[in-house]
Amino acid sequence: MLTMILKRLLMAIPSLIGVVIVTFLLTRALPGDPAAYFAGPAATPQAIQEVRVKLGLDKPLIVQFGHYVVDLVHGNLGTSLTTGQPVATELHNRLPASAELTLLGLIVSIVIAVPLGILAATKPNSILDHACRIVSTAGVSLPVFFTGLILVYVFYYLLGWAPAPLGRIDVFYLPPPQVTGFYLIDSLIARDGDTFIASLKQLFLPALTLAIFSLAPIARMTRASMLAVLSSDFVRTARASGLSAYTVIITYAFRNAMLPVITTLGMVFSFLLGANVLVEKVFAWPGIGSYAVEALLASDFAPVQGFVLTMAALYVALNLLIDVLYGVVDPRVRLEA
Amino acid sequence: MTDIAASPPRESALAALIKHSRYIIGENPVTGIAFALFVLIVLAAMFGPHIVPYDPLASDTAQSLKPPSAHHWFGTDQLGRDVFSRVVVATRLDFFIAVASVVLVFLMGGLAGVAAGFFGGWIDRIVGRIADTIMAFPLFVLAMGIVAALGNTVQNIVIATAIVNFPLYARIARAEANIRRDAGFVEAARLSGNSDWRILAFQILPNVFPILVVQMSLTMGYAILNAAGLSFIGLGVRPPTPEWGIMVAEGSAFMVSGEWWNAFFPGGALMIAVFCFNLLGDGLRDMVDPRRRT
Repeated sequence: MLTMILKRLLMAIPSLIGVVIVTFLLTRALPGDPAAYFAGPAATPQAIQEVRVKLGLDKPLIVQFGHYVVDLVHGNLGTSLTTGQPVATELHNRLPASAELTLLGLIVSIVIAVPLGILAATKPNSILDHACRIVSTAGVSLPVFFTGLILVYVFYYLLGWAPAPLGRIDVFYLPPPQVTGFYLIDSLIARDGDTFIASLKQLFLPALTLAIFSLAPIARMTRASMLAVLSSDFVRTARASGLSAYTVIITYAFRNAMLPVITTLGMVFSFLLGANVLVEKVFAWPGIGSYAVEALLASDFAPVQGFVLTMAALYVALNLLIDVLYGVVDPRVRLEA
Repeated sequence: MTDIAASPPRESALAALIKHSRYIIGENPVTGIAFALFVLIVLAAMFGPHIVPYDPLASDTAQSLKPPSAHHWFGTDQLGRDVFSRVVVATRLDFFIAVASVVLVFLMGGLAGVAAGFFGGWIDRIVGRIADTIMAFPLFVLAMGIVAALGNTVQNIVIATAIVNFPLYARIARAEANIRRDAGFVEAARLSGNSDWRILAFQILPNVFPILVVQMSLTMGYAILNAAGLSFIGLGVRPPTPEWGIMVAEGSAFMVSGEWWNAFFPGGALMIAVFCFNLLGDGLRDMVDPRRRT
């Protein structure tokens, strides 16, 4: 198991190197002169020259790349032009908000999609099966920002069940004392039930939006792989031996059907991390996505670069985690490694 | 033999295609509906600006934020512009972005993939490495970064959408070219003295083409979603240009105060377009490759 994880870690290194090179090239692809760009619109030629020297832009590309890598190793992602704050600090402060939202969205999505897929597969052509098909076709067609807005309209404006889509917590509440940065967990640690409910209310709609979006591939894959497993010989044998339907479906079939579902999670994460940006914009969520969007609109490139790099690093790490999980679920993968 | 030779081959192929299409549509009426929607979208893209009742850019503040009525089918926005006219006119831009990015990625990814699969060696390694690197990013995030770096224009949205789809096309084209590399007809062409490039152009490409065309229609939906998402966060398309993503963004502020039509209709149009492309892609795949039916 340990060798497998180590091997997989080694395999992630080329991806990370690629990510670093691409984010570096993106800055150098900025239109016009990056020095003039970083110096601001009102800079004199002399000031631009100073910025050029300061940023090391007068040196050859490979030396610049070296500086970039050294900065990265020191955790230095540059400084935002609009806020004057180091990008790394801001990303670090805002990451828990995004992570809490994305994880909750994924959990909600799995909790709905996996049972739906299993039920659809055990009863083909039933109402549930059709529901599963509709959900998985509609889910991929719905623009995530549109779903979010419809949910806001229905649950906030029409029904009044949800709070205004303005951030992580109602203005009348103070955020819980920071331990993990996840408001749900922090408020539980502080034994503050009111804050927990308040932050759950704010989280509910954006998380549901993300869940609807990621439901489709998970439900589809669960259904397909359950169908394949249920028609296999060992399930037939288990049934013939008189095991209960529950044991056959959950213990025998589902454990085997999980493997392709875990593989799909990689793709789901790619979509989720992107959709996160849009959902954060709809719900004024103070995460790293809305930070990047604000910076984008202000043509402030350092935060965008830091954001792209963080997201890519997270995605590489998540894929790593999925592969390890795959090894935990399927012992054959461990044996091969 | 004489029967086949007697009938004009081109017409019979076309007739067979029509017959086959009718069979597929008859078997799966959803594909028929999707095709009808597709025709509607293409017509709106072609003639939209000429048939709409109002100028999509003309504001009339006296008529601002009016709900849907007989005069304004989809209501009016905060500047009193007719939402229906704007939604219809926007079809052209959204359709153009989707088609342009898909054609671009077809050329980039398709050709790179076919070359990688056919020649193997260093071309294969470079194309594979590029695809892997792109795949290491969450795709929408990479698209944001590309548009931010290249500049905030519609053209760059097309380029970014094409780049994030590159790995998909390159991999499919590579796999399809690779399995045909040593096929009998390729060997025959090589033995009769054709150069590698000639074989690639006249033997391999025509075989890989239909599979990539299906892929194009399958990714159209994603391309249009990606582009609308980028313009929703304020990239690419600038107001007051009518475009679905930016219209939803502009209308989103009014959703909390109950003026739902501003964001609902462009969002709905976007959803229907994506739905239509996805279904059409599935139908087309059934036609070209019945084995992959799900």
